[in-house]
Amino acid sequence: MEFGLVELSRLQFALTAMYHFLFVPLTLGLSILVAIMETVYVMTNRPIWRQMTKFWGTLFGINFVLGVATGITMEFQFGMNWSYYSHYVGDIFGAPLAIEGLMAFFMEATFVGLFFFGWDKLSKVAHMIVTWLVALGSNFSALWILIANGWMQNPVGAEFNPDTMRMEMTSFFEVLFNEVAQAKFVHTVSAGYVTAAIFVLGVSALYLLQDRHKDLARRSIAVAAAFGLASALSVVLLGDESGYSASHTQKMKLAAIEAMWDTEPAPASFTLVGFPDQEARETHYAIHIPWAMGLIGTRSLTEEIPGINELVAESEAKIRRGIIAYDALMTIREQRGDAPAEARFVFEQNSDDLGYAFLLKKYIDDPREASEAQIKMAADDTVPGVFPLFWAFRIMVALGFSFIAVMLYFFVRASFYRMQFPRWSLYAAVAIIPTPWIAAEMGWFVAEFGRQPWTVDGVLPTALSASHLSIADLLITLAGFILFYSVLFVIEVSLMVKYIRKGPYQDVAETEAWQARHEHRLRTHDGQGPFASTPAE
Amino acid sequence: MILYELIDYDILRVIWWALLGVLLIGFALTDGFDMGVGALLPFVARSDIERRVAINTVGPVWEGNQVWFILGGGAIFAAWPPLYAVSFSGFYLAMFVVLAALIVRPVAFKYRSKRESATWRNAWDWALFAGGAVPALLFGVAVGNVLLGVPFYLTEDLMPMYEGSFYGKFLGLLHPFALLAGVVSLSMLLMHGAAWLLLKAEGPVATRARAIGVIAGCVAMGAYALAGLWLAFGIDGFALVQEPVASGPSNPLYSDVTREGSWLAAYTLRPWIAVAPVMGFLGMAMAIRGLRAGHEVATLLWSKMGITGVIASVGLTMFPFILPSTVDPNSSLTVWDASSSHQTLFIMLIVTLIFMPLILMYTAWVYKVLWGKVTEADVTENTHSVY
Repeated sequence: MEFGLVELSRLQFALTAMYHFLFVPLTLGLSILVAIMETVYVMTNRPIWRQMTKFWGTLFGINFVLGVATGITMEFQFGMNWSYYSHYVGDIFGAPLAIEGLMAFFMEATFVGLFFFGWDKLSKVAHMIVTWLVALGSNFSALWILIANGWMQNPVGAEFNPDTMRMEMTSFFEVLFNEVAQAKFVHTVSAGYVTAAIFVLGVSALYLLQDRHKDLARRSIAVAAAFGLASALSVVLLGDESGYSASHTQKMKLAAIEAMWDTEPAPASFTLVGFPDQEARETHYAIHIPWAMGLIGTRSLTEEIPGINELVAESEAKIRRGIIAYDALMTIREQRGDAPAEARFVFEQNSDDLGYAFLLKKYIDDPREASEAQIKMAADDTVPGVFPLFWAFRIMVALGFSFIAVMLYFFVRASFYRMQFPRWSLYAAVAIIPTPWIAAEMGWFVAEFGRQPWTVDGVLPTALSASHLSIADLLITLAGFILFYSVLFVIEVSLMVKYIRKGPYQDVAETEAWQARHEHRLRTHDGQGPFASTPAE
Repeated sequence: MILYELIDYDILRVIWWALLGVLLIGFALTDGFDMGVGALLPFVARSDIERRVAINTVGPVWEGNQVWFILGGGAIFAAWPPLYAVSFSGFYLAMFVVLAALIVRPVAFKYRSKRESATWRNAWDWALFAGGAVPALLFGVAVGNVLLGVPFYLTEDLMPMYEGSFYGKFLGLLHPFALLAGVVSLSMLLMHGAAWLLLKAEGPVATRARAIGVIAGCVAMGAYALAGLWLAFGIDGFALVQEPVASGPSNPLYSDVTREGSWLAAYTLRPWIAVAPVMGFLGMAMAIRGLRAGHEVATLLWSKMGITGVIASVGLTMFPFILPSTVDPNSSLTVWDASSSHQTLFIMLIVTLIFMPLILMYTAWVYKVLWGKVTEADVTENTHSVY
C-alpha cells in the first residue's frame, strides 16, 4: 500500500479514534460504578461508601477529561479530513451526532462540574441524582454515536438524490432502530462496563496485596465483580447478536473475519485458528469446528453463509449495475429538470449500486470507460484484509470469554468465601488490568477495518471520501497529533498512578474533620432517615 | 410520512440559519467568559492562590459551556453539511490549531492543581492562557475570512477543492481585515471574562480584571467600528444574480452569484437589522461603564448583549450568504442551497425544541447552585475537591 493522501487520512483517523477509545470505555463503566457506590452511601449512610465514591470519582475525573478532549477531535475530523464524506452523507450521519450533543453530552458535561464541585452545595440525594445524570449522559452519548456508526455499517433509511449529489434521509426511524446500531450499542457499553470492572478489581487487588485500604478494596471488589460478571456475559451475548446481524447485513465482513473463502454447505464450520493467505485465497493450518459457524451466523441448520469468492462475484455484478446508474446520473445531471423520465427510471432501478461504480474511480475518472480488468480489480477490492481481521477477532473473543471466567471467580469468592482472595488471584487481577483495553481496540479494529474499502458500506468508498488536502497538511497534523497525544498520555497515566498510590484518604485532616461533621449530622438528624436533606458534602 | 411538510422548506432553512446563530452566540456568551478568564489569567492573578481563585470561578461550568461549541459543530454537520465540509477542511491547519487549544484547555483545568510543583502549575497556566486566547482570536479571524470570501470551489460532484499552496492557505487567512476581526473577538471576550471575574471573584483579582476589562472593551468597540468602516469602503460584497429558489434542492451550483457592491447594502434593503450593531455598541459601552463602576450582575448582562449584537450583525449583514467563494462565486454557500434535506431539518428542529428548553433549565439550575463568589478560603478549605 503506498502512502497517499487517503492512506494518511485513514491513518490519522484510526490513530485518533483508537486513542479516544482508550478513555471512553472507562468513562462509560466507571460513571455507573461510582453512581452505584454513591447510591449505597445515600441508602446506608456509611462514610466508607462516600470515600469510595470520592476516590473512584477522582480517577474517573482524570480519565474523563481526556475522553472529552479527544472526542472534540473526532467531531472535527469528519469535516477536516473527510469533507466529501461529510457532504455526501451529512444529511443522515450529522443528525445523530447533533442529537448526541443535545440529549447526552450537554447533560453529562453540565452535571460533571457539580459532581466534583457540588458536594457542599447539594443535599445527599440531589448529589446522587447528579452523579446518575452524568452516568446516564455518557451512556446516552454512546448510543447516538453508535447509531451514527451503525449507519456506516448498514446504511438504512436513506437514498441518493441526483439533484444534490448526496444521500438523503428517507426514514429517521429506520436509522434509529437500525439493528446493527442497537446490537453495537449494548455490546460497546457492556465492554465499557467490563473495562471499568476490571480496572476497579485490579486497583483494589493491589491495595489488598499492599495491605492497605482493605475496607475500601473489599467492598469495591464486591461491587466490581457483580457488575463485571453481568457485563461480561452481556458483552459476549451481544457480540453474538452482532455476528448474527452481520450475516445478513455485512456478509463480506463476516466472511473475512472467518476467512471463509468458499461457500460451504450449511451449516458451515468455524475456523478456530489458522493462517489466512489473501493471495492464494486459502487458510493454511486451519483447525475447524464443524457446524459452529452456521449455527452462530444464521441460527439455523440449513441456511448457507456466502464465502468470499461468491461475494466478489456478487460485487462484480453490482459494479456493472452501478455503471448503469452512473450513466443515468450523468444524463440527469447534465439536463437537470429536463432530464428524460427514462433516465430517472433507469437511475432509480440501479441507484442502490451506484456506490459500486465509485469503486472504479480509484482506477479511472469516468467509471463508464472502465475496462474488464479494472472491473475485476475493483471487485477484488471489496475484500478487506483477511489476516488482521481473522486474528483481531479471535483475540477479542478469547479475551471476552476469559473476562467471564475472571468475574465469575471473584464474584464467587466475594459472595461465598467471605471476601477472602488467594494472593495469586490478586496478582492476576493486577496483571490483567490492560486486557479489556486490548479487547476493545481489537473490537473497533474489526468493525472499521472490516468495513473497508467503504466508509459507508456499499454507498461511498473510502478512497473518494477524503478531503483534497496536500500531503504536507496531513504530515503536519499527523506529527502534531502523535506528539501532542503522546505527551498527554504520559501525563494522564502518571496522574492515575499518583492518585492510585496516594489512595483514598487524600488528606487525613480533611477526612477526619469530615468524619466528625458526618457523625454529628447523623446524631442530630437521627430518625429522619437517609433521605433527609443534609448536605452531601 | 409527510409530517415534515407542515413547515415549508424555506422557512425551515431560515429557522436553522437563526439556530446556527443562537448556538454560536450561546457559545460566545458561556464558553466566551471561560476563554476570557483563561486569557486574563497570567495578568489578573499573580500568586498561586489568586490563580486558583480565578480558575475555580469557571471550574464547575467550563465543561458544560464548551458543549455549546461541540453542539454548534454537530448542528452545522446535521443542518448545513456543505458548510461543515467546506469550512472545516478549507481552514484545515487553522482548525488544527483551534483543536489543539481546545484539547489542552480541559486538560489544563483538570490537571493543573493535581501536583504541587510550581513548574507544573505554571506550565498549565500558560496552557490555559493559550487555550483561551488562541481560539478567541482565531474564531474572529475565521469570521473575517468568511466576510472576505474563501478560495474554494465545488466540482460538478460537489467535491470541495481549494486554491493555493498549503502555506498560502494558512498564511492567506491572516489578511489584515481578518486580523482586525480577530482583535474584535479576542478583546470582546477579554471584556466578557473580566465581567465574569468581577462577579465571581473579589480582592486584587477582581480589581485587576476590571482595569484590563475596561481597556479590552474600548479596543473591542474601536476595532468593531473600524471593521464596519472597512466593510463600507474597502471590501466587495456578494450578491445573487437571480431571485433565489428558496425551496429548491441544496445544490450551490444551481444559483449564479456575482461579487459586487458592498455587504452593507443589506442595511438599505433591510434597515431593521441596524438593531444588531446598535446592540453591539450599546452593550459594550455599558459593560465598560459597569466595569468602571463595579456593578456586578449588570456588567455581565450588558457584556452579553454587546456580544450578541456583534455576532448577530455579521450574520444579518451577510444573509442569505453563509460562506462566499472568491475563486468561483457560483460555488458560494447560501441559506437557500447549502442545507440538509427538508425532512432532516424538520426532525432536527423537533429534537431541538424538545431538548433546548431542558438544557437551558438545567444549566440555569447549575448556575443557581453555584451562585456566589469564590474566595481564597473556599479554595484552601477544599483543596482536594476544587481545581
